[in-house]
Amino acid sequence: MSLRVRMVVLAVGLLGLAAMLVAAFRKLPGFGGSWHPYGQRAVETALGRHTSNVIASINFDQRAFDTMGEQAILFGAVLGTVVILRTTRDERRVEPEPARVPAPLRRYALAVLPVTLLTGLYVVAHGQVSPGGGFQGGVVAATALHLLYIAVDYRALQRVRSVPLFTLADAAGEAGYPLLGLGVLMTGASFLENVLPYGTLGTLSSGGTVPVLNAAIGLEVAAAVVVLLAQFLDQAIVIESEDGEQGAGSVGDGDGRRGEGGAA
Amino acid sequence: MADDLPIVLALLLVTVAGTATVLTRDPVRQVFALAGLGLALALLFAVLQAPDVALSQLAVGTALTPLMVLLSVRKVRRKARSERREEHE
Repeated sequence: MSLRVRMVVLAVGLLGLAAMLVAAFRKLPGFGGSWHPYGQRAVETALGRHTSNVIASINFDQRAFDTMGEQAILFGAVLGTVVILRTTRDERRVEPEPARVPAPLRRYALAVLPVTLLTGLYVVAHGQVSPGGGFQGGVVAATALHLLYIAVDYRALQRVRSVPLFTLADAAGEAGYPLLGLGVLMTGASFLENVLPYGTLGTLSSGGTVPVLNAAIGLEVAAAVVVLLAQFLDQAIVIESEDGEQGAGSVGDGDGRRGEGGAA
Repeated sequence: MADDLPIVLALLLVTVAGTATVLTRDPVRQVFALAGLGLALALLFAVLQAPDVALSQLAVGTALTPLMVLLSVRKVRRKARSERREEHE
């Protein structure tokens, strides 16, 4: 296909897309208006299933299958990072020395750590009631742990953060979601259908399967972020390239000889 | 118009923060500009009554992404430093 034909095909495609987008946008409700066909249906369904956080109802009930795909993306991304950032053959691990931390920084970070961790867990636990949920709370709880690196040093973080354990938790959260869906199948309902009792609106025990799936996501995201940051922190702090050191020796020798030559 | 004022202000803030992030060339400074942009976006989402998205943006955009970029910069600079040291020896 020549460049000219390609351009014509591209132009036809773009014009078609533009025409369809214009036609679609003309039918959209106005910005900030009170009438929204999907919004009304989603809110009605969410309240019918006693989930006061409509977003959580959409994510973990009305389109729970999509969320399964989304969490698989995160899992795949973290898996890829673990493979790419692993310690390779020409690298070695140099454990960091204990570091001195200014006292005010230490006090601040140690005071904020439990508060942040609790906030993260609160956001995960109240996903079905108020804004937030497994994803948001999971990230907050995971970053809270890393305040230990700021407050003390990397060795303290390493002691608390067992990477194999968090990798296992990541996989458990990732596998737990579809397994819960399969469990629902056992009851005779559809995959990931909301089969549990809906409970009382606005309380922790509301939303049926929403808090259960939300907890699986919370576990997966928190563990995934810890594992992800562990790879980046290891690369930035612990892992050194070995050929760099060998290279240093050989280049140094070369320089030395050259220096002698110059002197002679 | 008066009702839209917070939205307009938040949009302006996002525009300024986004432009500042693009125009900052030093990676380390850019990280902080990026965190500022994340904060501005979180504010915009909150003003647009999307607190769930605002929370995600706050956690990922202002904390996680800047931290990962900072760590990557540190790794690259450390490598460059050790290579310079080699040339020096």
